[in-house]
Amino acid sequence: MDRKLVKRRDEYRWLIERTGKMRVDGLIFASEPLIAEMDDMVARQVANVACLPGIVGYSYAMPDAHWGYGFCIGGVAAFDPDKGGVISAGGVGFDIACGVRTMHTGLKEKDFLPHRECIADALFRHIPAGVGSTGKIALSIPKLDEVLTGGAVWAVQQGFGTADDLRFIESGGRIPGADPSKVSDQAKKRQREEMGTLGSGNHYLEIQKVEEIYDPQAAAAFGLEEGDIKISIHCGSRGLGHQIGTDYLKKMASAAREAGIELAERELACAPLKSEVGRSYLGAMRSGINCALANRQILMHLVREVFEKEMPGSQIRLLYDVSHNTCQEEEHEIDGRLCRLFVHRKGATRAWGAGHLSLPAEYRSVGQPVLIGGTMGTASYILVGTKEAESLSLSSSCHGAGRQMSRTAATKRWHGKEIIRNLQGRGILIRSASMRGLAEEAPGAYKDVSEVVEVSDKAGLARKVAKLVPLVCIKG
Amino acid sequence: MWEHFAHQADIGIRGIGATLEEAFAEAAYALMAVMCNPQKVRPLEPVSVSVQMDDRELLLAEWLNQILYEADTRKMFFSRFEVTISGDMLSGVLWGERMDPVRHKAAVEAKAATYQMLKVAFEDGRWIAQCVVDV
Repeated sequence: MDRKLVKRRDEYRWLIERTGKMRVDGLIFASEPLIAEMDDMVARQVANVACLPGIVGYSYAMPDAHWGYGFCIGGVAAFDPDKGGVISAGGVGFDIACGVRTMHTGLKEKDFLPHRECIADALFRHIPAGVGSTGKIALSIPKLDEVLTGGAVWAVQQGFGTADDLRFIESGGRIPGADPSKVSDQAKKRQREEMGTLGSGNHYLEIQKVEEIYDPQAAAAFGLEEGDIKISIHCGSRGLGHQIGTDYLKKMASAAREAGIELAERELACAPLKSEVGRSYLGAMRSGINCALANRQILMHLVREVFEKEMPGSQIRLLYDVSHNTCQEEEHEIDGRLCRLFVHRKGATRAWGAGHLSLPAEYRSVGQPVLIGGTMGTASYILVGTKEAESLSLSSSCHGAGRQMSRTAATKRWHGKEIIRNLQGRGILIRSASMRGLAEEAPGAYKDVSEVVEVSDKAGLARKVAKLVPLVCIKG
Repeated sequence: MWEHFAHQADIGIRGIGATLEEAFAEAAYALMAVMCNPQKVRPLEPVSVSVQMDDRELLLAEWLNQILYEADTRKMFFSRFEVTISGDMLSGVLWGERMDPVRHKAAVEAKAATYQMLKVAFEDGRWIAQCVVDV
């Protein structure tokens, strides 16, 4: 990034000072190496978001920020409905409530390794993944409406999991305020056969080993010990979420024009929160969140089925499930006043500190688990939310490694088979339906996740708890 | 003629043609080439679509998103595109077959055609139709 675009505030914070039509300053969390790698477009997109009506605090970018569409990926922005604040479909992203779910297995590395091949094959057979895959459940549109209001609670009621799972999901597994009548029939038709599917691209299911513990107290609360085997799923709201994003981007382009909102680029299309389109999108987006929560709940059930058959005695329990593409209604203190805000996090993770009442009792004394997905060849991290992040970033942290190379460049540089071979040599089994998909997702196409996590930790956005390394990766 | 262009997180698609219709058809082919190898897709079954937008660039996004909808709900890939544009109306026929991830060398789902770098223009004696696709 051109240094003229930012002003260093301290070691990990870079300011984009308010100029022109910006209503607030921009604030990027990054180290010297990360800011050097960041594209100039990140600064431009952060500044564009800062121009939107009703924005409060800053227009933020997390340490894994990269050039997106409208909002940057890793962007966080809060809007006050009482100050003409807006909601933007592009500020949430097309994969509404894409997120990470991490599970315990009750197994240690030594128990698991002898079964690794057969578990990898069984998961690949049992979990629908890749382009065009369909789930084992086909739903009518009225049934789908139940999913959209019920989320993971609906899934558990259908027998996909236990009531105890729900305690470890954001919002108890079901976000209120979903309105399926605001979701188009097209969106619902796209989802009818896609419940319980992983998707493709950067979505995955990984079996991981806890390699290192950094914070023993938080690790104990989360149930993490070195050598533990955990499972993480990264996916979202599938075709339904994609279509909601598409539908409302179009509606918001008109709504913004009608409301007289000047947009630096079309993808920033938005609508006032206190408008019909704004309220409709909220109802639809929340339906998308519930769809994603139900989807990950069903996938967890499929994982349980595999482990019960292949490794009887294993115990698949939920550690936590958190989404990183959302707009959530939250209370935050701004200039000494408690405000009700709508916080967009697009490729950013909400990270509540200790004491937050929404956390399960087991975690309340330490804070929320913040689940950071890496790449199939590096590592994932579990962090814990901090109280200081409330004032630093509206309780937001990074979400993953973040791409540093385009898909086109990645396919020119790597081949899928070569990636499988190299990773196998390092003890990581890959199962994937697509060699080209693997090449596009090559670990080298991403930023160094360790640096991203280190900066999040040092900047106080969330503290490192544990490092997990992949043993098996199922890619779509 | 079509091509992909680099975008850090996603992928850009560009259709180029002597006419607006040809550029839209080539952009559709470029979209399919994000998801699979369209050379392997046989144009066996036609699917008719029509979209309407009063802005030419938004019409392109709408056309591409309609193709994604048809591909996702029918589980089909397409490899031949017929496009007729009259005023703000586009009528098209998509020719393809049911997805076969192995034979069609499926790569990645395209979630949506975005408004990022969305452009429809006549430049240097040819039509260009492009945007970034979220994958």
